Amino acid sequence: MSYRSSVRLNRRHFLSSVAIFLAAGTSASFARSISGSLPWQALASDPPIQVVPGGWYFFTPQEAATVEAIVDRIIPADELSIGGKEAGCAVYIDRQLTGPFGSSSRLYTKGPFLPGLPTQGYQGEANPAQRYRAGLAAMDAFLKQRDGKSFVELQPAEQDAFLTEMEAGKIALPNGIKSAGFFGLVLQNTMEGFFADPIYGGNKDMVSWRMIGFPGARYDYRDHVTKHNEPYPQSPVSISGRPEWLGKGI
Amino acid sequence: MTNILPRKDVVIVGLGWSGAILANELTDQGLDVLAIERGPWRDTATDFNIGYAQDELRYGIRRDLFLQPTVETFTIRNSPSETALPLRDFGSFLPGNGVGGAGVHWNGHTWRFWDSDLNIRTHLTERYGAAKIADLEVADWGITGAELEPYYDRFEYLAGISGKAGNIKGELQDGGNPFEDARSRDYPLPPMQMTYAPTLFAEAGRSLGFHPFPTPSANLSQNYVNPLGIAMGQCTYCGFCERFGCANYSKASAQTTVLPVLMKKANFEVRTDSEVLHVNLDASGKSARGVTYIDTSGQEFFQPADLVILCAYGLHNVRLMMLSGIGKIYDPVSGEGVVGRNYCYQTNSGAQVFFDDKNFNPFIAAGALGQTIDDFNGDAFDHGGLDFVGGAGINCIPTNGRPIATRPTLPGTPKWGSAWKKATVESYKSTLAFSSQGSSYASRNNYLDLDPTYKDRFGRPLMRMTFDFPDNDIRMSNYVCDRMEEIAKTLGGKQHVISRRKKGWDSVPYQSTHNTGGAIMGTNPAKSAVNRYLQSWDVPNVFVIGASAFPQNAGKNPTGTVGALAFLAADAIRDQYLRNPGAPLVSA
Ligand SMILES: Cc1cc2nc3c(=O)[nH]c(=O)nc-3n(C[C@H](O)[C@H](O)[C@H](O)COP(=O)(O)OP(=O)(O)OC[C@H]3O[C@@H](n4cnc5c(N)ncnc54)[C@H](O)[C@@H]3O)c2cc1C
Ligand code: SF4
Repeated sequence: MSYRSSVRLNRRHFLSSVAIFLAAGTSASFARSISGSLPWQALASDPPIQVVPGGWYFFTPQEAATVEAIVDRIIPADELSIGGKEAGCAVYIDRQLTGPFGSSSRLYTKGPFLPGLPTQGYQGEANPAQRYRAGLAAMDAFLKQRDGKSFVELQPAEQDAFLTEMEAGKIALPNGIKSAGFFGLVLQNTMEGFFADPIYGGNKDMVSWRMIGFPGARYDYRDHVTKHNEPYPQSPVSISGRPEWLGKGI
Repeated sequence: MTNILPRKDVVIVGLGWSGAILANELTDQGLDVLAIERGPWRDTATDFNIGYAQDELRYGIRRDLFLQPTVETFTIRNSPSETALPLRDFGSFLPGNGVGGAGVHWNGHTWRFWDSDLNIRTHLTERYGAAKIADLEVADWGITGAELEPYYDRFEYLAGISGKAGNIKGELQDGGNPFEDARSRDYPLPPMQMTYAPTLFAEAGRSLGFHPFPTPSANLSQNYVNPLGIAMGQCTYCGFCERFGCANYSKASAQTTVLPVLMKKANFEVRTDSEVLHVNLDASGKSARGVTYIDTSGQEFFQPADLVILCAYGLHNVRLMMLSGIGKIYDPVSGEGVVGRNYCYQTNSGAQVFFDDKNFNPFIAAGALGQTIDDFNGDAFDHGGLDFVGGAGINCIPTNGRPIATRPTLPGTPKWGSAWKKATVESYKSTLAFSSQGSSYASRNNYLDLDPTYKDRFGRPLMRMTFDFPDNDIRMSNYVCDRMEEIAKTLGGKQHVISRRKKGWDSVPYQSTHNTGGAIMGTNPAKSAVNRYLQSWDVPNVFVIGASAFPQNAGKNPTGTVGALAFLAADAIRDQYLRNPGAPLVSA
């Protein structure tokens, strides 16, 4: 998610009615002085960038295969929806790990790193990208040792059993990696991908929204507020529209 | 090297809710006002754009509009004997960033505190005796409800609050809150249209003899033009409200109620993306010379000013005072010091009622749309036979059905797999949630100071927060949970769950961005940091505006009171301070 698109930077150059406070330095500064008017400009915006599936930006092919297998157990294909892999959850996670989320660039990452109480939140030094790299490797190392197979080689029922043990913290992964913590991270990210707007690569064709009946990016429900207990009649829309609008009927 | 800039009459630190109000009032007075804002400029069309405002991942989960911990965070612990560790990510509370501050992405529940919340120590002592509050540091604000009333009125009319008065000039009004203090007139707008869940909640409450009423809301029930002439639009019940900016100009914020007028004034300037590092004092330490700030290129500037007003959000106000040497830092062992004392929060709990046969359409919602029962708030009920003081509003305000975060399931449901999916589909539309928002009363070991270990990006100490729910507040919350259970049972449903508040404040799950205290107002300079006009006792040309001034928190959201205090301080500066600049308005 590279939100800080160049639009924002360029916007500065359009601000003719606005005095720009130039710092006495050469390094890039967004600092602005605004006085005398609202510095609003037509067409200045900061839209999200559509994720395009195809290729892996962060995962190795082997990691990608493992993550696809995991998201397909977390969200299995059944009569309610397609599976997490087909919905794009692994692509979603891959793209997230290359952005600010993966590198924790928005978080406080200074040491010392001390073990804390659960109420003090995550205190580890590793960022999500590092946790995926290490966690996936540790999972396969553990399984190779125990079962002689990697995660993708297990049967779905065996995969479920293993993930259940991970979730409960019962798997002692190598390198001191906490299995419950790593599983929790993957679970959270899988759900994000499945339920987020499809522009982020998961939730293909708004599958999760159709499943639960969430109308998505619609922004005006005034005509239905007092229709208590009546189903909302419209199907969902995403930020980028609907397949129907693109002539792709669903 | 620090660049020295031309002087200004007034420097305001932070252009959020209170900064915008102060700037507008003082520029009206003809003063040359500069606001310095840490975050970026934000406006509706660009930053809360209707084309992509409804993006749960970006705004709700990754919290694009919020302060990022890399810029400033806090260390936290539950008691003085523990080692505080940094909030590496925010969770329990989420400070704002950028023009508009947290007011951009608040819900908009807009309350008045009652006289009994303000005059609390005197009131509780008279009614129950001093022993009842012996374990607590509750303190009077030094201002009465009647004195604050006109300022509440100004904030509510500025913001276009939608609600129903319960008491106009002493006359009770049908359908409003019978427990509120007298107000001079009704809200500027009628209540919002009501969704299904709060409607059922109110019916259940009424059948138990309680007094539900529409929650006063800064999501506008109708189009509105405020006293500054700024037009706002009707709320569309979009369900992307708290954590999001409003794309419809329907949620009151600095953007929708003040900035269109303020920004056109030649005697106002805002410098964005510029963080104030500290207030500079003169050699005596009793007068501020201005502020030092740094922009995003790392350039440092000294901005001289005659008057400095901290409007940086309560917690940041307190840290700036500590880093600037304004007032002595509180020490819980000796009980001395004023800056950092009486840090309080909010004591919340939740209830869920699961149905089979109902469809609540949870996505049709707004940040402050719902019903409240105040029968067990503050001192609205007799605590004579009870082992606590304080209370909670019981609120049914379902704000959203955004599916990454809002997917209720019955207890015992797995978190993934086909069984999870089935349970999610079953409960998504048919679950009614309500909650209690409880008071948080000051106690000796809940306080703010500077952390001895962890530093910010400039190498300066982070602020340390030591906090746990006092036993009094846990007993209060349990009592209110019992009332919630009665309501849940009356609502029926196939199952209900009451989530009670426990000791051991957890910084991870979101609870409330209602951090109060640390620079409290009062009548005694040994026990408060600012006087009744929010003027620093120690450095009289510094005013400190925000919930930092609350000696303790009520069972209500703070911003109605923050807005009222902002108007009160503006009047005090205009009508009293400017006649004799630099002098204390209350003699110590
Ligand atoms: C999700 C959410 C929901 C909320 N819902 C409600 C609600 O329903 N009802 C209610 O009453 N309240 C609610 N609040 C709280 C409400 O937003 C705040 O009480 C209110 O915004 C406080 O106003 P303020 O002026 O003190 O601070 P803010 O509006 O936050 O403004 C402070 C400004 O100061 C800037 N600043 C900070 N430090 C510096 C520095 N060093 N230099 C320069 N600038 C600085 C910040 O960037 C910010 O713009 C909510 C808050 C959140 C986050
Ligand atoms: S719910 Fe209403 S006030 Fe809130 S963001 Fe949506 S339209 Fe705006």
